[in-house]
Amino acid sequence: MWYAAVAAGSFRRYATYQMATVAGVFTNTVFGFIVAFTYLALWHERPHLGGYDQAQALTFVWTGQALLATAALMGGGLDELQERIRSGDIAVDLYRPADLQLWWLSADLGRAGLQLLGRGVVPMAVGALAFPLALPGDPLTWGCFLLSVLCGVVVSFALRYLVALASFWLLDGSGLALISGLAGMFFSGMLLPLRVFPGGLGEVAQLLPWAAVLQTPADVLVGALRGGALVRGLVFQAAWAVGLLALGRLVQSAATRKVVVHGG
Amino acid sequence: MASGRPGVLRDRAAEVAQGVSAYGLIVRMWVRSSLAYRTSFVMMACGNFAANALDFVAIMLMFSQIDALGGFSLPEVAFLYGTSGIALGLADLLLGSIEGLGRRVRDGTLDTLLLRPAPVFAQIAADRFALRRLGRITQALLVLGWSLPRIEVDWTVGRVLMLPLMAVCGTAIFGAVFTAGAAFQFWAQDAAEVQNSFTYGGNAMLQYPPTVFAKELVRGVTFLVPLAFVNWLPALRLLGRPDPLGLPGWVDFLGPAVAALMCAGAGLAWRWGLRSYRSTGS
Amino acid sequence: MTGRARDDEGADAVDEAEQLIEVDGVEKVFTVRRRAGRLRRVREEVRAVDGISFRVARGEMVGYIGPNGAGKSTTIKMLTGILVPSGGRLRVAGIDPAQQRTRLARRIGVVFGQRTTLWWDLPLKDSYELVRRMYRIPDAAYRAHLERCVELLDLAPLLDVPVRQLSLGQRMRGDIAAALLPDPEVLYLDEPTIGLDVVSKAKVRGFLREVNAERGTTVLLTTHDLTDIEQLCRRVMVIDHGRLVYDGGLDGLRAAGGGERTLVVDLERELPPIEGVPGARTVRVDGPRQWLAFPASQSAAPLVAAVAAGYPLVDLSVREPDIESLIAELYAGGGMRADAAGAGGKDGRAL
Repeated sequence: MWYAAVAAGSFRRYATYQMATVAGVFTNTVFGFIVAFTYLALWHERPHLGGYDQAQALTFVWTGQALLATAALMGGGLDELQERIRSGDIAVDLYRPADLQLWWLSADLGRAGLQLLGRGVVPMAVGALAFPLALPGDPLTWGCFLLSVLCGVVVSFALRYLVALASFWLLDGSGLALISGLAGMFFSGMLLPLRVFPGGLGEVAQLLPWAAVLQTPADVLVGALRGGALVRGLVFQAAWAVGLLALGRLVQSAATRKVVVHGG
Repeated sequence: MASGRPGVLRDRAAEVAQGVSAYGLIVRMWVRSSLAYRTSFVMMACGNFAANALDFVAIMLMFSQIDALGGFSLPEVAFLYGTSGIALGLADLLLGSIEGLGRRVRDGTLDTLLLRPAPVFAQIAADRFALRRLGRITQALLVLGWSLPRIEVDWTVGRVLMLPLMAVCGTAIFGAVFTAGAAFQFWAQDAAEVQNSFTYGGNAMLQYPPTVFAKELVRGVTFLVPLAFVNWLPALRLLGRPDPLGLPGWVDFLGPAVAALMCAGAGLAWRWGLRSYRSTGS
Repeated sequence: MTGRARDDEGADAVDEAEQLIEVDGVEKVFTVRRRAGRLRRVREEVRAVDGISFRVARGEMVGYIGPNGAGKSTTIKMLTGILVPSGGRLRVAGIDPAQQRTRLARRIGVVFGQRTTLWWDLPLKDSYELVRRMYRIPDAAYRAHLERCVELLDLAPLLDVPVRQLSLGQRMRGDIAAALLPDPEVLYLDEPTIGLDVVSKAKVRGFLREVNAERGTTVLLTTHDLTDIEQLCRRVMVIDHGRLVYDGGLDGLRAAGGGERTLVVDLERELPPIEGVPGARTVRVDGPRQWLAFPASQSAAPLVAAVAAGYPLVDLSVREPDIESLIAELYAGGGMRADAAGAGGKDGRAL
């Protein structure tokens, strides 16, 4: 059960940044208000844009703000791993009995857990007080939402893990991190729900892994996915999670060979 | 010693000159060093450009579904987007590094700035001067350039001159917000993100027409944190649109005064913060 | 109190020399908020520096020592203008550091052992170039100083390396050079040899001696390493709990602290503890090796003679006490502050 301990440790570590959490909540709330008003105007012009009614669109906004830090949509969360790769300390980690990927996944889940509670709940509550949101009344939908958030965080982790591992080969990983952060913002639906994207762009965007990070959990919460569609959504997320984690393992073993054979 | 007023003024003038020259020195050094790694620099500048371009792409995607938002057409929104983006981009370029103040207080490196013969403000504002932030400015300029021939404005010399004036005042207003936010970090070292609400958040708001937002919010950014003077009020006048708060017309021209006032306030907050740091050491 | 010369061999010279650093009853009081219980917080005053006074003459090299948290760094921060004193009067080169920080900055050099004053991401030579321009150092003087520093501190291979990639010893040498480029009148060194290897330590000490002799730079250094003091400073100041508890020579510190030195003797064979040596007592026996403690103020010569006369001596050495134990002994009896005024002996006084 060492990974539970790692997750708990990471949770506690992020819990010590109280001031940063308060500052983050404030910022997420401010941005939530700004985006909510622009969506109000947008859905005022086109009442059923993307299949959402106004309340669903507003709920989407606050879900995005709640998950921004939790799912590390802009990247980050694995800076320490990247730093260890750059400095070469990673060689020590690779010889440890604990699996590298599982170790960092546990730590990232601990971080996500704290940020969901610390930075997710308050903006969502403020949003619910200030705007008419379409929040589900039944606990089952909430449960599905949490499950979907968990899958989303795992997909996000798997993507960021790949980016971090690229530091084994890239001299300067900041460019890749930047691109992946941009993709995370744009193709997750954070800037605009993917269902609102026009035509082919929207269809393609909804198949990409970033859709699993925010678009799917948000759709689960606002009730846009029900019954069979809900199951398909969760399967879609799980498939990306498994696929990307497997890819991460491949890259990881290549990196291990590189470190072991060539000495870094 | 220098108890007389002229003495104080002379000292203050010398301090400003010292600050400007130190700022120039440090900036030049960083520019030279960032250009030494050219590929990395180009990549980061392009990334900075792309990050903001995607922002505007989202707005264009919205307009693929609608013709007007809050009664404003895409070129009009683009005009707001460009003017606000330029002001924020310039302020960020000139003194965005100041948001690292909290980290410097935490790890004690602020002390080393206090040992050098130059004002701390100049040193920290110039620290890690990032030319890549030109990416945002370029993108905002392009959007503004695209909007200008498409908005319905009867251009006179005075109206043309309003554009650079807006850029200067807007930069000063955002610069004041950056400074005040940094001064706040003298007390709350982990609160760097709060100022993002006012800078990046303010920018996100100013990109859209004021008609989109609730009146209370518009009042807030007019009277409380007067970001509305960056572009909303002068732009509404240029575009010939009524101001949703129904303020008298002369208010639209208060930009320079508001900017000067905010800079003075931010300067005081900074001095106050630094004085408190030098008496408590933390 | 003011202008009182210390009673050492250079008394007359010191009397006439310019007092570069003047500290009179300086205090620094911090208000700390401490958690008391779950929600309640209590304000508490901490007197980090509690009314200290001293003078440092131009050209002196003074060691400033004390346990962690005694107030050393706070004093240095006040002397450099980083911190504003809560009370007392402070002048460095006639300048009030709190009021005219930037004016003073041109005339002092500061090296923090724990963190660099250089620009972290810039190559060393770019940092120096910035120093040159920021301190407005004339070209000729800059080139001469830099050349000298590069030569004495072996900096040539490091000039193109970004500061963050330097090892601790390299960075320390780079930092010291940067602090000296503007040719400061005072150099403050905060733990300049901490974490350095033996070779780097020797190099740094040699360089500081040379700078002091050549340019007459006044040096005030804090350290945990007694060897720094022994090799560099004729005068030591000891601070503890915010108060200056000693100011004088290192030998005097040993005497005032009642510190004991140890004579380690190796005899030809195992023998019972050595007896009958006046002023010394045997504190430990391990096979043929024995340890004799004797007052630090006393010369070791008569002891050695006495031991050699009565015992088959193979080898011997004298061990100095370290700073921590010296300070611990300095006021273990608690009487040191009380007899401060009277204790102005040959080498210094406890305060």
